[in-house]
Amino acid sequence: MVEEKKGPISSNFFTMVFVLTIVAVLSALALGLTYVTTKDRIRLNSQLETQRAIRKVLPSNYDNDPTRDRYTVSDEEGEALSCFPARRDGKLVGTAIKTYSDEGFNERIELMVGFDPDQRIIDIYVCEQSETPGLGNKIGQASFIEQFRNISLQQVPGFELVVGREIDGITAATISSRAFCDAVNRAYRVLSRGRKR
Amino acid sequence: MNILREFKRGIIQENAVFVLLLGMCPTLGVTTSAFNGLGMGIATTAVLICSNLVISMLKSVIPQKVRIPVFIVVIASFVTMVELLMEAYLPDLFKALGIFIPLIVVNCIILGRAEVFASKRGVLPSMLDGLVMGTGFTIALFVLGSVREILGNGAIFNQKFVAEDASTIIFFILPPGAFVALGYLVAIFNRMKRERSETDN
Repeated sequence: MVEEKKGPISSNFFTMVFVLTIVAVLSALALGLTYVTTKDRIRLNSQLETQRAIRKVLPSNYDNDPTRDRYTVSDEEGEALSCFPARRDGKLVGTAIKTYSDEGFNERIELMVGFDPDQRIIDIYVCEQSETPGLGNKIGQASFIEQFRNISLQQVPGFELVVGREIDGITAATISSRAFCDAVNRAYRVLSRGRKR
Repeated sequence: MNILREFKRGIIQENAVFVLLLGMCPTLGVTTSAFNGLGMGIATTAVLICSNLVISMLKSVIPQKVRIPVFIVVIASFVTMVELLMEAYLPDLFKALGIFIPLIVVNCIILGRAEVFASKRGVLPSMLDGLVMGTGFTIALFVLGSVREILGNGAIFNQKFVAEDASTIIFFILPPGAFVALGYLVAIFNRMKRERSETDN
């Protein structure tokens, strides 16, 4: 009872429901307003991020917009992967594929892998990873990614990169290294499947 | 009201992290680098100032029995707004802080300041309280993030000062290292505070 006297408004059923409803409605309005004003900018950011990744892994001599020519190919698990073809004068000069692996230590690893027309790896960009800092997150380091450059998966046994065979894993981060290879292998399978069709 | 004394209260006497030990989830979770600590601190400060402002304005119309739900609705709205604004205008920081931004909602400092301060005081003192408590929180997160980045990565603000492949004390980047680093910092802080009060007497 003493507590109730402290409140400037008495806590009866009507005031409680009324005040809480008003506060919730006003909050929802403010939220909606913020969402509408930031929506476009957020979408633009993610597009810019994709374009940055594509530019990193493809040769710079293309003249089309790979994000506009995007097509999807589904992998064995039925998930659709985005492929970004780069063309010059209508001729294919490379394909960037946004690939993933769920074999990582924490959450999904997402990579952008660029292939030249001979299906050789041009470069790889790490879009998303939450591997252990100091150990697994070294998959983003240039010294690790460099190993993949110019590899043609067609000439690799089983068409698959294996840690310890073609690729030197990162010390104390075998799982992350394997997941990285898994994502690259997936990109290659999608690339050759998209080609067959 | 002495502004300088207020800042001293927020940063030293009632420092949210080192003295009150509130808001431990973001404190331990995001402070893997100086930049992350600073970003989280500033985001929390922004929410704290805004929620203190609104709650001090609403204090006379909030029925006592539903005050906590009202506080939480206000705080959660500001957190979501900060999250959207950050995603739009500071995407790199947003990427680094990730899951911890929504968790500002459950940061006890914010609800704590609403309950013990903003719901009883005027608008200006409440905003100042948000600013000084947030500053204390930010400084603490920045110090903790710096210590962990220096020891764990051999870097500060992503600038490495040791060789690229030199082995550092990775332990301090990992979650257990956060507890150990925080423990030592609290000890150092208490020691400094005690020495100060002894010289004052």
